Amino acid sequence: MAEAAANNAHGDGDTTRRDFIYIAGASVAVVGVGATVWPFIDQMNPAADTRALSTTEVDLGAVPEGQQIKVIWQGKPVFVRHRTAAEIAAAQRDDFANLKDPQSDAERLVQEDGQAGQPAWLILQASCTHLGCVPTFVEGSSFGGWFCPCHGSDYDTSGRIRRGPAPKNLLVAPYLFTGPTAIRIG
Amino acid sequence: MSGPSTYEPKSAFTRWLDRRLPIVRLTHDSFVAYPTPRNLNYWWTFGAMLSLCLVVQIVTGIVLAMHYVPHINYAFASVQRIERDVPFGWLIQNMHAVGASMFFLAVYVHMFRGLYYGSYKAPRELLWILGCVIYLLMVATGFLGYTLPWGQMSFWGATVITNLLGALPLIGESIKNWLMGGFSVDQPTINRFFSLHYLLPFVIAGVVALHVWALHEAGQNNPAGVEVKSKADTVPFTPHATMKDLFATTLFVIMFAIFVFYMPDALGHADNFIPANPLQTPPEIVPEWYLLPFYAILRAFDFNIGPIDSKLAGVLAMFASIGVLFLLPWLDTSRVRSMRYRPIARQFFVIFFFVCLALGWCGGKNPGLILFKVADFSATLTWVEGGQVTEQAIQAEGAAQWDDASSAAVAAAREGGATMTAVTRTGASTGTLRTVSGGETRNAQVSADTADLLEEEITHVKEEAGQAMPFFSIERRSPARFTVTNFSLLLTIYYFLFFIVILPVLGLRERPNRVPDTIAKPVLNEAQGAS
Repeated sequence: MAEAAANNAHGDGDTTRRDFIYIAGASVAVVGVGATVWPFIDQMNPAADTRALSTTEVDLGAVPEGQQIKVIWQGKPVFVRHRTAAEIAAAQRDDFANLKDPQSDAERLVQEDGQAGQPAWLILQASCTHLGCVPTFVEGSSFGGWFCPCHGSDYDTSGRIRRGPAPKNLLVAPYLFTGPTAIRIG
Repeated sequence: MSGPSTYEPKSAFTRWLDRRLPIVRLTHDSFVAYPTPRNLNYWWTFGAMLSLCLVVQIVTGIVLAMHYVPHINYAFASVQRIERDVPFGWLIQNMHAVGASMFFLAVYVHMFRGLYYGSYKAPRELLWILGCVIYLLMVATGFLGYTLPWGQMSFWGATVITNLLGALPLIGESIKNWLMGGFSVDQPTINRFFSLHYLLPFVIAGVVALHVWALHEAGQNNPAGVEVKSKADTVPFTPHATMKDLFATTLFVIMFAIFVFYMPDALGHADNFIPANPLQTPPEIVPEWYLLPFYAILRAFDFNIGPIDSKLAGVLAMFASIGVLFLLPWLDTSRVRSMRYRPIARQFFVIFFFVCLALGWCGGKNPGLILFKVADFSATLTWVEGGQVTEQAIQAEGAAQWDDASSAAVAAAREGGATMTAVTRTGASTGTLRTVSGGETRNAQVSADTADLLEEEITHVKEEAGQAMPFFSIERRSPARFTVTNFSLLLTIYYFLFFIVILPVLGLRERPNRVPDTIAKPVLNEAQGAS
């Protein structure tokens, strides 16, 4: 009787009820292992307090024309540049120049909510798109803007890559005018 | 390889122990009775030095961890405190820092030894692969450790390397943030790097145990590359190999000590004595000397390869340069192990060795540095003095017609007697044309060693001519030149050719030297044990 039941349980074909138990057991084990491992992987992601520091307020009144300040946003430096009329003109003139990563100056000023920015204020992430060094603003450099000392990438007065190994323009930091002379980055 | 155990416990205690935990037997079989080939040369002593290095790094590291503070504000100062205030801290910190360099020096000799004598071939493929795993772990540990003193090179090295992972498509950014624990290299990063830097050496120790196990299973290769055939071809590990290893290791330790006591910082970078500053990039970012060849491969690409941009290409090439080592046992098709009997392969090997050194040199140089050029950078400036300047607007019907409209306007101006013209595009379909007519044409030639110096010269000429000149027409000529980046690319190509083309093809085509009679036939007389 027991033997007959056992035979029955194994079935006659290739697929047996035992196979089902193996697969079901293995599936549960995989889910269990995954659920156990995940917290140990996810703990390395940015923590809540790190994420909470994700916006920075900047008072633009303190930045005279032709100067820039570096502010820290998410632990990374951000350039807040008060551009001169000449820099703005140069940036707009080069909208149609031969660009590696074509983008117009106006597109680079757009605020987080999609509204147009102010040409005098350029808010850029201060990290070279090549390998993350901080470029320096060099007066009278080949393209009038930033130069990366690490591997020699040259950016123009709109922060667009013009020469050197960097593949992309300097990233625009997401920002919003919260008043006539105040912005919030992030 | 070692055959049946010859250990016989002598005392009552060792007999008791041997029945319960045969640890003395294991040690005896592995490091005393273990048969080593008679003909091993001094290149076979680096394994012992590497074991010593691992022990030194772990012991000094554990001690340093008692004083080190993994915090962005205190890490730098805590290392300085170890150097200055902690009793013998200067010694232990220097041993650890110099020890890393010594570890890599020894491992490179060890790897080139394996490469030259074909120690990766059957039945030692896994032995070689475990060695590659150890090397990879060493690179990771070395990189993590270099971050901890939190100097400028530490910080920016960590930034550059974590950004490498950001080059991977789609998942790069998430992996980067996951690794850094934030959006930049910061407190979470140093904390976890410290934890992992403490962990990995023990993982290395575990893999080393597997490496030694695999070694003792397959037996050592030897300079002839011919498997030992009988007991007569071998000598017991102790005292023969033990004494030889001890002698070589002593010489190694003397060199180690010279660095520790007389020039502890000679192998490091001066910028790492400046505390990390996220707002200021050092003028050049270079890794420690032992990673320079890979850094050169990373920077060898300054052009896009189809859909792969230059940055990703560099990252992939760098990982592939280590990855290819894992495949080596199957890439080398030659049935002869030792390059002693492979006259052509030996020449390619020598070139490969110098290519690796040259890659290291490139990694330490500014990539834009010009090595050779056929002529100077030069430019011709043309301008008109005292001419009549006119300005007119150009209006094209649309962006697509811009080129036609502007060249038509220029042609018309030339027709009208203009000596110089300049077009400035102000919008998609609008622009201005400025022309100069009459006056006296002047020109000047300048030349310089680099493109940047040329620009300075040009500015200089402009200033002399007077900025009031309406405009200059400048024709710049860049000579054909060969930079460090071009050189790195050439070397990188050879690096991969060696593994992917030369070794597989040569193994099938090359005619190896005859094995000397002394290897095939016993030359020692019967009395000395040849059978």
